[in-house]
Amino acid sequence: MLGVVRKKMLGQSLLKIRPAVSVLRSYSSSAKHMTVRDALNSALDEEMSADQKVFLMGEEVGEYQGAYKISKGLLEKYGPERVLDTPITEAGFAGIAVGAAYHGLKPVVEFMTFNFSMQAIDHIINSAAKSNYMSAGQMSVPIVFRGPNGAAAGVGAQHSQCYAAWYASCPGLKVLTPYSSEDARGLLKAAIRDPDPVVFLENELLYGESFSVSDEVLDSSFCLPIGKAKIERVGRDVTITAFSKMVGHALKAAEILEKDGIDAEVINLRSIRPLDRSTINASVRKTNRLITAEEGFPQHGVGAEICASVVEESFAYLDAPVERIAGADVPMPYAANLERLAVPQVEDIVRAAKRACYRSVPLAAAA
Amino acid sequence: MSTAFSAANFSTQSFPLNHTSTTTHDSPLVFAKPTSQFLRSTPKLRLSSFSKLNLSRRSGTVVAVSDVVKQKKSKSTPTLLITKEEGLELYEDMVLGRAFEDMCAQMYYRGKMFGFVHLYNGQEAVSTGFIKLLKQQDSVVSTYRDHVHALSKGVPARAVMSELFGKTTGCCRGQGGSMHMFSREHNLLGGFAFIGEGIPIATGAAFTSKYKREVLKEADCDHVTLAFFGDGTCNNGQFFECLNMASLWKLPIVFVVENNLWAIGMSHLRATSDPQIYKKGPAFGMPGIHVDGMDVLKVREVAKEAIGRARRGEGPTLVECETYRFRGHSLADPDELRDPAEKAHYAARDPITALKKYLTENNLASESELKAIDKKIDEVVEDAVEFADESPVPPRSQLLENVFADPKGFGIGSDGRYRCEDPKFTQGTAHV
Repeated sequence: MLGVVRKKMLGQSLLKIRPAVSVLRSYSSSAKHMTVRDALNSALDEEMSADQKVFLMGEEVGEYQGAYKISKGLLEKYGPERVLDTPITEAGFAGIAVGAAYHGLKPVVEFMTFNFSMQAIDHIINSAAKSNYMSAGQMSVPIVFRGPNGAAAGVGAQHSQCYAAWYASCPGLKVLTPYSSEDARGLLKAAIRDPDPVVFLENELLYGESFSVSDEVLDSSFCLPIGKAKIERVGRDVTITAFSKMVGHALKAAEILEKDGIDAEVINLRSIRPLDRSTINASVRKTNRLITAEEGFPQHGVGAEICASVVEESFAYLDAPVERIAGADVPMPYAANLERLAVPQVEDIVRAAKRACYRSVPLAAAA
Repeated sequence: MSTAFSAANFSTQSFPLNHTSTTTHDSPLVFAKPTSQFLRSTPKLRLSSFSKLNLSRRSGTVVAVSDVVKQKKSKSTPTLLITKEEGLELYEDMVLGRAFEDMCAQMYYRGKMFGFVHLYNGQEAVSTGFIKLLKQQDSVVSTYRDHVHALSKGVPARAVMSELFGKTTGCCRGQGGSMHMFSREHNLLGGFAFIGEGIPIATGAAFTSKYKREVLKEADCDHVTLAFFGDGTCNNGQFFECLNMASLWKLPIVFVVENNLWAIGMSHLRATSDPQIYKKGPAFGMPGIHVDGMDVLKVREVAKEAIGRARRGEGPTLVECETYRFRGHSLADPDELRDPAEKAHYAARDPITALKKYLTENNLASESELKAIDKKIDEVVEDAVEFADESPVPPRSQLLENVFADPKGFGIGSDGRYRCEDPKFTQGTAHV
């Protein structure tokens, strides 16, 4: 009953979808804060209560409350038929979820980390992504594959790979990478409601981070559009694109650069596929310089695609070579100091931005 | 014998492994070279495992299987397993499968069909025996050898032929092809090229049936799913993962193994440590049945029981059908590794000839009635070819369509609504 009411509200709210900043209403001045973990949990909770066809499936999502506690409390609330603890069978349960999606259910499949999704990648790509095309629209797959992606802290090579580039190269998938709590809530809700397969790449280190959220974000019908990037910080001198954890690094780098008179524009991609090429290109046409930042391996990465896109569409506007910052081209080492070297740090982004601005020494003047 | 699945019910020549070990069998066929201790002991294992179907602790529910069939057996007339209408339906379906596949071979060599085409000749009894017992809402999941499963499930021959020709009137508008037959209307969920890929999908479809009943409270949802796959698949990890989960969650699914003894050129005996696939069922807590897949009536009896079990909510069943494909793995396979004597042996057990013999000998149908069906099917297949020939190829705009159910792929359009809510969204909305 409540779900029906919420669905009607959804229809109306979608008409006013804009990123969170809303000047029309004034709420109490004390901003609310929410961790990414709570944001994901609340999004799952609300979508599951709104639509009975949504169910969660994965290892340790039920009684253990989620390997990273994302699904805390959901088992008690919705019962074991809707929050399923699976055996350790990624290929099996990913395929089961796709089969359920063929018949109209809306599974949310949790991979404990996306590294384990490689065991199920046949189903993500071959049955989920390609089915709608192969069946000419008869079998749509409204499924969400979610879980932590990328490097954590000291977990070694087999637990640290970033899969954004792999999944984003495949037509038929939508790939989302939230950064803040607002992103997490809005994009997960959009992903669950979306009639297509969505790969939802979270980040373990962001789960505990707290962000301020407006009341609009907390509303149960809040939803963000898929395929639209967000300009986290407006600037004039250099465009820095980033997703997931790197957005935080890029924002810190922008603060450092500001002291040196470089005004960086930071774009939070939010959606790797479809990539918001128009926002990126519009930004580069304004600033004339581009740095892409990502955590994954450099070859064939997300940054490679962005750079190619900008060179194809906005070449005449570039004042400096495009640059991509990525993880080191090695499997992730374990030793803490080596791991720090293998993942981009704030200083790397700062140095790259200065290179793009042809300033290797800080100047006082603004552009 | 107390169990209905006793050796008395099934022909004594239904166990290929017997051929290597018993000397009493009159078939000259010897096709299994290995002479391991294990193989020699299989006849004992085979017969005893039938009678012990219900003794394994883990498959306690199996007792219900043999009991129910036993009761039915005592009530029905001793000789006739089918009525005349059923018999003609089965015959027509098998002849359609055979004629269609033969026509596919012809069309392939004329260049009308291309790519990978895997034909089903010889295995018709399995498809007909199982699928003709299903309702429209029951689901079937298959592999790349899926033309006949599609036809048995009710997809029109015209739609399948057009799909194979790559025309826009095909069941998947020419976008799937031979290996990817899908039909929402007939609940044919594919058509998968990767072996083992369809099994989790089928398990998911069965999961949905249970979910609909228990969570969405659609009280009479008792839809059953059949998963068809081959002997090679039974060594694949996904197979075992799904046997486990289907049994764990008691899903309404029947796993049908079409054991035709060959995976391209790899003999089942060379690839499998324990070649008796039906034994893998009880290891996961479900009954495992072996049946002669060249006899449609036997397959049908076993299928009735297995599907009935699933519909009643008693859980999955693993059915191994011993069958054979008369042609090669695909039309590109020269088929040099199989012993001609083995092929002759199975050709003599052609399921269509066998059913024809049964129908005529038991006076269920006359020769002329069966010939009329043959003629009718020939016409249907000819018509399908003509239709496919005359159908148009897909228009260029179709290339970019149907990648997403939400075709713009942006989730929300410029008017703030999802594109997929636009009633005209399936009409040529592709944008370059």
